[in-house]
Amino acid sequence: MHITQGTFSYLPALTDDEIRKQIQYALDNGWPCSVEFTDDPHPRNVYWEMWGLPMFDLPDAAGVLAEVNACRKAKPEHYIRLNAYDASYGKQTTVLQFIVQRPSEEPGFRLERQEWHDRTIRYTLHPYVADQPHGERYNGQK
Amino acid sequence: MTPPDRLPGSKIPASRMNFGMSRPGGNSSGPGAPEDEDRESLPPDAKIDLAKERAETGIDDIFSGLDADLVGLAPVKNRIREIAALLLVDRARAQFGLSTSRPSLHMSFTGSPGTGKTTVAMRMADLLYRLGYLRRGHLVSATRDDLVGQYVGHTAPKTKEVLKRAMGGVLFIDEAYYLYREDNERDYGQETIEILLQVMENHREDLVVILAGYKDRMDSFFVSNPGMGSRIAHHIDFPDYTLDELDEIGQLMIRAEGYQFSPEAEKTFREYLDRRMKQPRFANARSVRNAIERARLRHASRLMETDTSVGKGELTTLLPEDFRVSRVFADAEPEGVPTT
Repeated sequence: MHITQGTFSYLPALTDDEIRKQIQYALDNGWPCSVEFTDDPHPRNVYWEMWGLPMFDLPDAAGVLAEVNACRKAKPEHYIRLNAYDASYGKQTTVLQFIVQRPSEEPGFRLERQEWHDRTIRYTLHPYVADQPHGERYNGQK
Repeated sequence: MTPPDRLPGSKIPASRMNFGMSRPGGNSSGPGAPEDEDRESLPPDAKIDLAKERAETGIDDIFSGLDADLVGLAPVKNRIREIAALLLVDRARAQFGLSTSRPSLHMSFTGSPGTGKTTVAMRMADLLYRLGYLRRGHLVSATRDDLVGQYVGHTAPKTKEVLKRAMGGVLFIDEAYYLYREDNERDYGQETIEILLQVMENHREDLVVILAGYKDRMDSFFVSNPGMGSRIAHHIDFPDYTLDELDEIGQLMIRAEGYQFSPEAEKTFREYLDRRMKQPRFANARSVRNAIERARLRHASRLMETDTSVGKGELTTLLPEDFRVSRVFADAEPEGVPTT
């Protein structure tokens, strides 16, 4: 199941060159970028792990792209996304966010039904990969 | 927001349909590659007007600026012209579809203090930007403090941060020999050098590294770090200025500050330079600047002591006595005392 989220969720995967152009667009607007990764694809998991600190004062996209590639190399089977923050609102506000890498296989979600009182049914989503502990998900890639 | 140039469902290449994005290493289309394919190469019998290409880049402005503002430095200017010519010819070759490998432009500037290494580095960033070699053309200055950490694990992030900031432009490392301390094998400077070497090799298209420092110490730095020396294609030596050149630099400086020499002061200034050059701790153009700063101080206090009203002439003219007072003219000066 192809999980989508963020600014370009309706588009097919961006190429490296397109990613570079998006980063440059963010930097030209004065938005610092940061890289985050996770192996928990649940849509309500909004706090991903940070790959280093947000990168401030960069004029050129090459520096950010180098960090994206470093993260891809270290976490080849994780979801990786790129955030751009706009500080002009007085607080750290994400204005651009898109996925730059996903695992080679995405098993998807199981629909769980829970019997509740008065024959009510409550539904929830459960990612299949969450059955395995961290570090063993997605082909055992840490 | 920049709209993507293609909508889903239209003509998506098959390679884009699968999950997973291009990976490092397995990425066949690097930046710029698609554009090169699209651009039609000129027929073999076409002609390119190099003079026009040259005018388009605006490098002539830089060259005339170099000649006007930088006195002397003939070998440096020659090398800059050669580099500019190579990049221009490479551009022309690319139009014929000839393969041109990207030249390595890491440089080392060696020379005595005050010979204009930093000034030239700044102009180099602008020049390489105009020639299309750099994407941004900004200059990031760094010294040992900015690159080397204070404890284990501190150095790599610090160095990488500076390198990331310099990408697309020039990283200028002043007094680069401080990065390596021979007497201390565990010095973190070695780690910085290793990261630098790696980035200089792998990110050649992203940034140009310029190392600067005094000649003798840079030479021993390259002897202890042969990898660094061999990765730098351009070792440019900045010669010391001659008396005539120093005189000319002084004239340029006072003109820029809105002053002028009286005819006698011109002679005194030359004599001052002649004496100062032979004394210890002479720092070329920097010493000239300091001499002029001090002459301005004396000029100001001289004017304050006179009760008469002053006109534009008095306010802008430096007289011989503004220089005469200097200790440089005290012949019976004890040796080794810095001159003021």
